[in-house]
Amino acid sequence: MLAYIARRLLYALPILIGVNLVTFALFFVVNTPDDMARMQLGVKRVTPEAIEKWKVERGYDKPLLINAEAGGLASVTNTIFFEKSARMFVGDFGRAEDGRDIAREIGNRMLPSLAIALPTFILGLFVTITFALTLAFFRATAFDFWGVVLCVAMMSISGLFYIIGGQYLISKVWRLVPISGFGAGLEAWRFLILPVLIGVVSGIGSGTRWYRTIFLDEITKDYVRTARAKGLPEALILFRHVLRNGMTPILTQSIVAIPTLFMGALVMESFFGIPGLGSYTIDAINAQDFAVVRSMVFIGAVLYIVALLLTDISYTVADPRIRLQ
Amino acid sequence: MASATVLLAFILIGLLDSLHYRAQLESKPGQKAVYAVEVLSVLDALAAPLRSRNEKTYSAPFATRLYAKETIDVPGQGTVRDYPRLKHGGKHLGEREDEVAEDAAFTAFKAGVLAFIGWLGVFGAVVTVNRKKCPKLKLREATFAWDAVLLTLLLILVIAVPLFWLSGYYHVFGTDKVGQDVLYQILKSVRTGLIIGLVTTLVMLPMAVLLGIVAGYFRGWVDDVIQYIYTVLNSIPGVLLIAAAVLMMQVVIDTHPQWFSTAAERADLRLLALCFILGITSWTGLCRLLRGETLKLRELEYIQAAQAFGVSSWRIIVRHILPNLMHIVIIALVMDFSGLVLAEAVLSYVGIGVDPTMTSFGTMINNARMELGREPVVWWSLAAAFSAMFILVLAANLFADAVRDAFDPRAA
Repeated sequence: MLAYIARRLLYALPILIGVNLVTFALFFVVNTPDDMARMQLGVKRVTPEAIEKWKVERGYDKPLLINAEAGGLASVTNTIFFEKSARMFVGDFGRAEDGRDIAREIGNRMLPSLAIALPTFILGLFVTITFALTLAFFRATAFDFWGVVLCVAMMSISGLFYIIGGQYLISKVWRLVPISGFGAGLEAWRFLILPVLIGVVSGIGSGTRWYRTIFLDEITKDYVRTARAKGLPEALILFRHVLRNGMTPILTQSIVAIPTLFMGALVMESFFGIPGLGSYTIDAINAQDFAVVRSMVFIGAVLYIVALLLTDISYTVADPRIRLQ
Repeated sequence: MASATVLLAFILIGLLDSLHYRAQLESKPGQKAVYAVEVLSVLDALAAPLRSRNEKTYSAPFATRLYAKETIDVPGQGTVRDYPRLKHGGKHLGEREDEVAEDAAFTAFKAGVLAFIGWLGVFGAVVTVNRKKCPKLKLREATFAWDAVLLTLLLILVIAVPLFWLSGYYHVFGTDKVGQDVLYQILKSVRTGLIIGLVTTLVMLPMAVLLGIVAGYFRGWVDDVIQYIYTVLNSIPGVLLIAAAVLMMQVVIDTHPQWFSTAAERADLRLLALCFILGITSWTGLCRLLRGETLKLRELEYIQAAQAFGVSSWRIIVRHILPNLMHIVIIALVMDFSGLVLAEAVLSYVGIGVDPTMTSFGTMINNARMELGREPVVWWSLAAAFSAMFILVLAANLFADAVRDAFDPRAA
């Protein structure tokens, strides 16, 4: 197991290098630092001196890949690529436009983000699996049919609608929880409950439909017939046999859901004023803070790779037949 | 088939809006024709009353008065704070403001009857054509689901025609903050949504198909390289990659203002660039699917036979592998469409979507979401945008399901 995890982490390295190269290409080659400076300082009234000053302040005045002037090792290290991109591997992200250290900012914002993403993910998985199993239990009845119709309808509603509608109804009309904001420590639950709820509800449609198909696939298999033949009650078959066997494809699907979770959190956090990574990114996008966006792309990739690894490990829990090697 | 008809109606609106032209200003003979600065589309011309008749600010659906109190001069009584009368909504009623409901219902009924007569015409034409082809066959039993199409057409006509008829007299969905008609904005948004959905798939298609097949067919180092590329792109969360790319695109657009002669051109280019970026970030899923399927196909006997005959690899791919992959491609295309329309709304909200001057569902929602905080609530703009989007996406989803059922050999 440990050897497996170590090897997977080694595999992750070239991918991270690739991500790094892509961001580098996007942020420094497609647009030169000069363009960025002009954008930040305003397009119209800008002098070459101002651009030069902006570049020097942020360390963008160096050559891109190879510094021919500096000799020896410095010809590689004294460049934008090394200073800005390669340093990300050791967690050094530089400073944001407002002068704050990005790495510390990310550390501070990690917790609120997790506090919203984790419950949403787990609760969402639980709720959708419950619904999907119920539909599978009542398969080929009117209940099943209208359940699927409801799922398709829910899939077709924009996620923004759930957020805006939920916020309006629960916070403004019923005044059950605060509209937005975030509290320290355990007080935070009042702020978290609505975003989590909305996150779960907006995922029900597509999730339930997908899992229902998986369960129905399993139900046609031989071992289910055997279980029925030996007289097991249908509910027991579903819970003990179908659910456990269906877990593997469901976990695979959850990997696909992780990036969308991030996207959901992105919008959710800014709507509810939660000081997490998502709202940080949105603020950076609106302020055109390139350094922050670049770091977030990198962090996002790291999180994704970690999530993939966790999913693979969770396979062994769900299905003992799978051996990781 | 019903969903296909709804989709077609949407596509028609989108097409009408895509035909751009510049109105020719009146000019003296002998002079070079002068064109207006504003770019219009055919849809704009059809919906001219909707576009030009703006109010001052918010007004509720079917309202005859503005939604905000203003100080008005009443002759003989001095100034009064009251809801001023709308400039256009319900103007023909004059003083009889209370009769809005009756008048609207009556107009809608008139238009509905007209629509029904029009539909009867189509219905008759379809029936006669079918009769001529095969006299015995009833409409219900025809291979092409005419009954579903006609029924949906009836629904669309009966809803849409009165809607447009009424929009000549009222603001059916109200007006927004700057007094623009919401119905008009929705019609414009349809085009944006469609373009995002269609062009993006067109962009991603060749890339995904080519790379997927090549990786699966040649294996070896080609496979490794392609797999590496899509794993890298995949491990960056989509939104962030899109955000980064769009930010960069903004820089390019802002530093080269001389490329664009009109604002609409810039907005369109930005939209295309967005499609391109979305395409680049979303081809990986399809590529992986195709690679897996090609790996399976290339071991089959008929491919091996072709190889033994000395058929070139390129020819095998085009003649033997590609046709066997088409069902996956088609299913993936229609499935992606609805997701992309939804994604556009989210992206525009985040601020990395279409040009802010361009009407789309995302920008509409973005502008409208603050209005819920107002007292009293301004709900119609948001509700209209969401319901229009809901219908479009629902139709797309249902259509995708139908296509999948038809093409997927695994589905029973």
